[in-house]
Amino acid sequence: MNKIYPSADAALDGLLSDGMLIAAGGFGLCGIPELLIDALVKSGVKDLTVASNNAGVDDFGLGKLLATRQIKKMMSSYVGENAEFMRQYLSGELELEFNPQGTLAERMRAGGCGIPGFYTKTGVGTVIADGKEVKNWGGQDYILEEGIFADISVVKAWKADDTGNLIFRKTARNFNPPAAMCGKVCIAEVEEIVPRGSLDPDMIHLPGIYVHRLVQGEHEKRIEQRTVRKREEA
Amino acid sequence: MPWDRNQMAARAADELEDGMYVNLGIGIPTLVANYVGDKDITLQSENGMLGMGPFPFEGEEDPDLINAGKQTITELSRTSYFDSAQSFGMIRGGKIAAAILGAMEVAENGDLANWMIPGKLVKGMGGAMDLVAGVGRVIVVMDHTNKHGDSKVLTECTLPLTGKGVVDRIITNLGVLDVVEGGLKIVELADGVTEEEMRSSTLGNIV
Repeated sequence: MNKIYPSADAALDGLLSDGMLIAAGGFGLCGIPELLIDALVKSGVKDLTVASNNAGVDDFGLGKLLATRQIKKMMSSYVGENAEFMRQYLSGELELEFNPQGTLAERMRAGGCGIPGFYTKTGVGTVIADGKEVKNWGGQDYILEEGIFADISVVKAWKADDTGNLIFRKTARNFNPPAAMCGKVCIAEVEEIVPRGSLDPDMIHLPGIYVHRLVQGEHEKRIEQRTVRKREEA
Repeated sequence: MPWDRNQMAARAADELEDGMYVNLGIGIPTLVANYVGDKDITLQSENGMLGMGPFPFEGEEDPDLINAGKQTITELSRTSYFDSAQSFGMIRGGKIAAAILGAMEVAENGDLANWMIPGKLVKGMGGAMDLVAGVGRVIVVMDHTNKHGDSKVLTECTLPLTGKGVVDRIITNLGVLDVVEGGLKIVELADGVTEEEMRSSTLGNIV
């Protein structure tokens, strides 16, 4: 079975439909599937619901899909860096479902593990708990959160072998594994695809069973906040 | 003299014990890292890292290595990386000993509000709700009053909550308060701050 596709456009071919739910990896602009997002923009698919921790910035990442109004609803924990997002949200064009960051990650993980719901104490007594079932264990209240079952997952990894085994790099791992797990079909873009046998099986972060399509490409990897220290301080 | 930002951070660092895994929020809490001294403290960054190092030298920034504030950082010899589900698993699971974070309001019962002001732009709670619900101990570091001079230590929070009854200790420019049965207890006063000043600047019940 060949999982390798020649381009991000080709890797998405036949998978897209209007109104679908997409889970996307990344934290801020770190480890985002930038090539697949560009391909989604090009495809013109619309009315998307996107589960992603953040919404990119105006001209990079998911911000591009917002600019073209292809997203109907975001499920995120933090959307502070995107002016166009705020404009669409405040004008009612865009729906927003805030999720606590850990709840969002666990909802994806749970979906990928076939778990439709789980109880968490995160958000108890806050607006996040509104309308959700509450259950008490040992004197502590927990709220019911639902697993996310996405139509497709778009993620970014560092290396893959041709069977789809993935290795991530540093904090660019973030939401990519849980996002990958919760989609019916997962498309991963990577910096390098190597032949099977080239990666140490003990060092695989996400087994290829979760990864259906692969594309290799060049990544811009934009830095959101460049913070440094001067050498003299060392 | 009430404490300044650095003195508040230094006082918060006194809360940390050797061997602790700790999550620091943005603002004054970030400064706490400068005052841990010889204590063996491992900083968690909730985007998926234990053992957060300082900012990189110029020219050594790595786009794949950022903290939860999206700033470029470095790794240490003890560093480990993991995904967001595992990161919040260790937070929700109570493995992180303490979180030190800022606040807009804290109530006498430990309610915390620090994520949204109705009518203003809402950016989201990020990982704050998970952290305050999950970690062993929640320590708030903030100015005692807002820029209008109103107390931020209240009988009841007026803003939407981040967590209910979650705060253990409050460190402000005026001193240190603990959330206890029935209200707040003065643990310590900043140098030159009187109990009267602390009481008159605090709307929450001091027991």
